[in-house]
Amino acid sequence: MSVDAPRRMTAPSGDFVRRAGVAAALIVVLAIGAWRSPDFLALENVLNVFRQNAVLALIAVGMTMVIIAGGIDLSVGSVMTLCSVVAVKLAPYGFAPAALGALLVGAAIGFGNGLIIAKLRIAPFIATLASLLALRGVTIAAFGEETVPLNMGRAAFTLFGRAVWLGVPVQVPIVVVVAAIAMFVLGHTRFGRSIYAVGGNEDSARMLGLRVERIKIAVYTISGALSGLAGVLFAARVAAGITNYGLGLELDAITAVALGGTLLAGGVGGVTGTLAGVALIGFLFNIFNLDATLSPFLQKVVRGLLLTLVVVIQSSLNTRRR
Amino acid sequence: MIASLFKFDWRDFAARNVIFLVLLAVVAANAALTPNFATLRNVEITLIQIVFVALVGAGMTLVIALGGIDLSVGAVMGLVSVAVVHLLPYGFGVVLPVCLLIGFAIGLCNGLLVTLASVIWVRGLAQVISGGRKEYFQDPTLQFIGLGRVAGLPLQVVVTVVIVAIAAFVARRSLFGRRLAAIGGNRSAARLAGLPIAATTIAAYAACSTLAALAGVFVTARVGSSDPTNFGVLIELDAIAAAVVGGTALAGGRANVVGTVVGALMLQLVTAAMIMNNISFQYSLIAKAAIILLAVYLQGRRRT
Repeated sequence: MSVDAPRRMTAPSGDFVRRAGVAAALIVVLAIGAWRSPDFLALENVLNVFRQNAVLALIAVGMTMVIIAGGIDLSVGSVMTLCSVVAVKLAPYGFAPAALGALLVGAAIGFGNGLIIAKLRIAPFIATLASLLALRGVTIAAFGEETVPLNMGRAAFTLFGRAVWLGVPVQVPIVVVVAAIAMFVLGHTRFGRSIYAVGGNEDSARMLGLRVERIKIAVYTISGALSGLAGVLFAARVAAGITNYGLGLELDAITAVALGGTLLAGGVGGVTGTLAGVALIGFLFNIFNLDATLSPFLQKVVRGLLLTLVVVIQSSLNTRRR
Repeated sequence: MIASLFKFDWRDFAARNVIFLVLLAVVAANAALTPNFATLRNVEITLIQIVFVALVGAGMTLVIALGGIDLSVGAVMGLVSVAVVHLLPYGFGVVLPVCLLIGFAIGLCNGLLVTLASVIWVRGLAQVISGGRKEYFQDPTLQFIGLGRVAGLPLQVVVTVVIVAIAAFVARRSLFGRRLAAIGGNRSAARLAGLPIAATTIAAYAACSTLAALAGVFVTARVGSSDPTNFGVLIELDAIAAAVVGGTALAGGRANVVGTVVGALMLQLVTAAMIMNNISFQYSLIAKAAIILLAVYLQGRRRT
């Protein structure tokens, strides 16, 4: 796939169906939600869903970029957890140092992942699996296997975590800004287009003169930094860092990305779809939360079947296009 | 590849079996340094502890050889544990075949679809059926399966050894095994050669999932309760790590089932040795990660 092809303008029909698919699924879920529960579409509930899923949304945006580049980042849950504890530990020095510290730790870990993948040529699945394990070890070794409560500096953090601007929880504008930047970068910058090129065909990208290693390292660094930021949001929302939290978060993020129409094989996709995927997961969970007659576990069955459906449609579209 | 079938290559043999040397080194170091390490009781405990990872890892090796990965094995264990409890009233003669069939069926789906999706719905299904609760039971047959001995050896270890031997034989010598390696090594070449890619893929995933189901029966029998939420969590990562450390390339094209079991044994010994030397569990996670990275790095260098 060539770098110059402006996918946005001349979207092949497969892309359209892919985008329409997640939108249609989202509408169906919203309709079912509104039918099952009168409170579902109330502004308060909708904003609550947004607030609860901001952590997942940030991680999924980073994951989208990694997957488009042809990689995968399994370490996001561990990074998020470690960074939430780092933020809590730095909270006595003020909010800004805490947030910045967590962000930097996340970025540094992502950079490390990228180095291992690009320079040592270790498969992303294995490299980030190793850092998933190692970071859990590091987190528990450094902070113990427990909830680290936010004591000093609590005021600033909880003010931030529960802040509402113009009726909108602070998490929403943060996600919107991050997603907008990611969209701009992916769609309209040299760096963004080269991410697609690397994911589409690494060898061709290298022959075109792209610095594949640097691009990979950058993408994992971004994923790490966004996981760090997600850790800050998490710590602010629950007013604590929880060292054994974050298990399985990588699967949720990958699910959101796949639901949103980004090909897991790399080279095709975007942030808009991922956000729709996150919303789909969030509202689905919310339906089962609000409705006492439904088993909360049924939600997983539905989500799994939905993902199966989407991926099957995706891959059939993909084979047809070839 | 073909030449290596006829001529014995010492360097290749050494490179392939480096995991045995590493295992030997780990055992020797521990025997010298760790108190109570070189006891029969400890050997037995270690073998019992790796049963689940060995079973799942043997199946995972087949899937990895194909160039795939099965993320759903842990969820299958959780679902099977629930099935064991709910089928128990019909007798063990029903429990075992139906549980294996459940694994087989999920494996068929995996071969056709996506294991990532199976992780979610299989575990969800297990939680829906059981209401998310552990369910306890008392049954002499299951107790025997969990804790029984055959000729003085733990039953689960004996069964695992037999199954690993079969899987190793299948991967090495059977037509199916050769096809796995061929498809994993070069998919388009295999397609051009007319190999049945779809059937082989489905069979590999079905085998992997069935072995995961057996591991699910074993863990349920040993613990004496079902656990839809916690059984098998992260076992896919342990199995993949064991396979990779044991010399099966993640890119596919080579299945080394015995290597996987030795890899599982080594990772378990490292964890156990650290615990026995009063180093806390979390450091063993870090050590495990380092071992995995090192093994894959060395593998990659060997190929290029």
